[in-house]
Amino acid sequence: MKNTKCGCGHNNPVGTILCEYCGKPLQEEENTDRPLEMRYEGKARRSQTQKRTVLDRVWNFFSSVKVAIYLIVITLLASILGTVFPQEGQIPSGRPDVYYAQEYGFWGDLYYQLGLSDMYSSWWYISLLAMIGISLVICSLDRVVPLYQALRRQKVTKNTAFITRQRASRTLQVSEEEKDPLLDRLAESLSKKRYNIRREGDSILAEKGRFSRWGPYINHIGLIIFLLGTLMRLIPGWHLDEAVYVREGETKKLPELNYYVKNEKAIAELYDEKENRQQASKDQPIVKKYETQVVLYEKDPETDQLERVESGPILVNEPLKYKDLLLYQADFQPNQTEAIRLSVKDKETDEKLGSFWIDLYDPEMNYEVKDGVEVQIMDYFPDFVMDGNRPTTKSEVPNRPAFIFKVTSPEEEKAEKSWMIAGTDLDDLHRDNRYKMELEKLKTVNMSGLMVRIDKSLPIIFLGLGIFMVGLSIGLFWYHRRVWIRWKEGTLYLGAHTNKNWFGLRRELEQATAAADLPFSFSPEKR
Amino acid sequence: MEQLMEYSLLATFFLYLIAGVTFVAAMTGKGTEEEKEAHVVRWGRRGLIFAMIGAVLHVVFTVTRIFLSGHFPTSNMFEFTAFLCFAIVAAFIVIFSIYRTVALGAFVMPLAVIMLAYASVFPREVKPLIPALQSHWLGIHVTTAALGEGALAVGFVAGLIYLIRWADSHPNSRTAAYLEVVMAVILMVVAFVVLSFTFSGLDYHASFKHTVDEQEVVQEYSMPPIVGPSGGEAIQVQPFLGMERPLFDAPAWMEGEKAANKLNTVLWSVFSGLVLYGLLRLILRKRIYESMVPMVKNMDMELMDEISYRAIAIGYPVFTLGALIFAMIWAHEAWGRFWGWDPKEVWALITWLFYSAYLHLRLSRGWHGLKSSWMAVGGFVIIMLNLIAINLVLAGLHSYA
Ligand code: HEM
Repeated sequence: MKNTKCGCGHNNPVGTILCEYCGKPLQEEENTDRPLEMRYEGKARRSQTQKRTVLDRVWNFFSSVKVAIYLIVITLLASILGTVFPQEGQIPSGRPDVYYAQEYGFWGDLYYQLGLSDMYSSWWYISLLAMIGISLVICSLDRVVPLYQALRRQKVTKNTAFITRQRASRTLQVSEEEKDPLLDRLAESLSKKRYNIRREGDSILAEKGRFSRWGPYINHIGLIIFLLGTLMRLIPGWHLDEAVYVREGETKKLPELNYYVKNEKAIAELYDEKENRQQASKDQPIVKKYETQVVLYEKDPETDQLERVESGPILVNEPLKYKDLLLYQADFQPNQTEAIRLSVKDKETDEKLGSFWIDLYDPEMNYEVKDGVEVQIMDYFPDFVMDGNRPTTKSEVPNRPAFIFKVTSPEEEKAEKSWMIAGTDLDDLHRDNRYKMELEKLKTVNMSGLMVRIDKSLPIIFLGLGIFMVGLSIGLFWYHRRVWIRWKEGTLYLGAHTNKNWFGLRRELEQATAAADLPFSFSPEKR
Repeated sequence: MEQLMEYSLLATFFLYLIAGVTFVAAMTGKGTEEEKEAHVVRWGRRGLIFAMIGAVLHVVFTVTRIFLSGHFPTSNMFEFTAFLCFAIVAAFIVIFSIYRTVALGAFVMPLAVIMLAYASVFPREVKPLIPALQSHWLGIHVTTAALGEGALAVGFVAGLIYLIRWADSHPNSRTAAYLEVVMAVILMVVAFVVLSFTFSGLDYHASFKHTVDEQEVVQEYSMPPIVGPSGGEAIQVQPFLGMERPLFDAPAWMEGEKAANKLNTVLWSVFSGLVLYGLLRLILRKRIYESMVPMVKNMDMELMDEISYRAIAIGYPVFTLGALIFAMIWAHEAWGRFWGWDPKEVWALITWLFYSAYLHLRLSRGWHGLKSSWMAVGGFVIIMLNLIAINLVLAGLHSYA
């Protein structure tokens, strides 16, 4: 680094671009009229002064806007990759290992093998986001302090080179006698434009909207809080994402919680002809609403009693709230068979002996039919499939209930065995049976799929987003404008800087100077 | 009521068209410098008035549609695209009131016309809302996002004008070449709109059956088949200019339910866009962008750069609020998670990251002007990809189709 002592006598730290005291450019050849580098007021930042230790290197890496832009662009490109095929959470299959190969062939399989099918929770994607977070913290710390100091310690009297090398600047010959009234008029007209005026001898500094310089820092803080909020979901108990299916009339425990939910009623409503004005006969009817009326219970740990704590309807877009717990309407399955009624017929007499209900979710084992004729369930497969030649069940949900019954009767020596799958008696298998089962009735109910959510970090997340928006607005809708005016040895120097919206600044300057009887034009082509 | 809605939409379309023509006329005055300047101001004012009446009628259309349907019209492709068109016009009026640049109107209004025409290709009937969309956030989230995108689109147009000016003085540059590509792509969109209306006017139909996952499905084509479904069999094909069967079949991996039909539409649009481009070149006898140069000859490039930046600086926070923050609030209320990495969400994030990079790049030297204008164009391309490709090709929770 070169000597950083300025001609005005001020000693600047190494790395300074514009003298902290008078604004004179320090690092460039002096006789150019390129507009000045005004970022951070030309002040040195930590990242420019310290370059020795590993910590310094890390600090410098993360404080660089260039690195930040690379991080943002890499994240952007990576995010695109994740939308080539649907992510695992969005596929209609629980077996991603076969789904991608089957559905999208070779590329799909490769996609899965590379881990792109669950990309957004991969370590490297999360690291990218974390690095942006670290960069946000460091770059803000690196800049905000020097910026604050520079803006607070601004000097009114600036080096004339500093003024003439602003993007908007003018000079004019003004005699000694004229100068004071002119400076007064300029101060007055700028003050009318809501500038804060500071005056020192033959110099004026007019400034407004300085607070907008804090906008980026505020929005970065908002982003940091947001990212912290998403991290906090990892705290045990802060985040829960489960689902339950509850039939009408059923009470079910919520996973991982001490709550129970009862489905009192579940309804799906369709739009009628009048509401669905354009509904031609070929169109499918459109669902108007899904609703589940529920009661929420909490279990008292001492007495094991269920206590009713909340109740009400759950609709799509209108979850049920109780403390941190949220229940959402997520799925609706109409007409689920809950129980079947079977009748028993004596094939010899062709007489119906009687009938009984079987609860498919919790069947009893023995059913007395009539005159000592008894049906016993030997085996029950709620979701029947054949695994090779062995019968088995896929799940506990009675999608395809199959029974093996044993029928005993005082009139028969041997007990009869019979099969029934999904309501059909496989009479052919045991043709010489005397008693035949028949499906008489079904009892169906609606079933609701409810999402069970807890997200304690939500207030933090939305606070972060709120701060982000405030910072954005401050930084992008308001501008920091400064005008330096100095009279020196028969010349009036006027220079102005803004961090954005030069057009507005120029127009304002033209109006203000015109009001002070100084017909300056600031339009760029007439420079 | 329904009549009022239809007519206000039609009137909006023509007013935008007239406004566009007026702005173009404003930029092509003859005579001395002074006469020209007066001409620009006079015709610019007229163009603005047409644009504003158009916007008012657009509001009338929107309000009548709310009355008819009981919800804010942003629930399908037609409604959303039409609203986006309104947002572009609204953002233009705001930017115009600051900068008074008539040339901007000569580009923004034609864009609005294309947008509204594109919207009208999609089914327009009023449909009741499915439960997932029954929320006041539907209106709040989508309109805010669209208003942001409208401002970003104006940033794109200003960037485009900058590029046309720049290419004018660098005719052999890559920028000049790529600018022609941009023009050709815009013509393809125009071709798509024209074709859609032509074939639906001719009441064209063709259908094919083919098997997907061992199930027989039928694909309805609305344009004559250049490409048929893989292994498909024609059920009925209206002959068109002697075309009675597909020229070739779609590759086997394109087996989605409507994949072949979409590919067919894309091929039609690309080919007709190129034909249109060729014809225009023949008529104009110069590159397309060159024929636009006279309209922007007097624009100050530094000012265009600033307008582009300013429009993006206004659009960015509005877009953030609508497409990300309101989206998160709604997603939280509807699905119990504020973010789910759904393709539509990811593309909103990508758009946002892109413009964040843009804002940071503007902080450094060397990124003003040319590069910055290209980025303004790139950002709008991403928004359009989001609207066209993601909605129609990649399915997701959000897909309107
Ligand atoms: C996705 C993450 C980020 C977003 C959305 C974001 C957003 C913004 C916005 C909107 C501005 C204001 C721009 C303007 O006023 O024209 C800004 C400024 C800035 N950002 Fe970021 N930023 C992000 C990440 C970062 C990171 C990681 C760094 C670290 C180096 C960084 C450094 C800066 C700097 C130095 C400024 C200028 C501050 C000033 O004008 O005083 N940003 N950022």
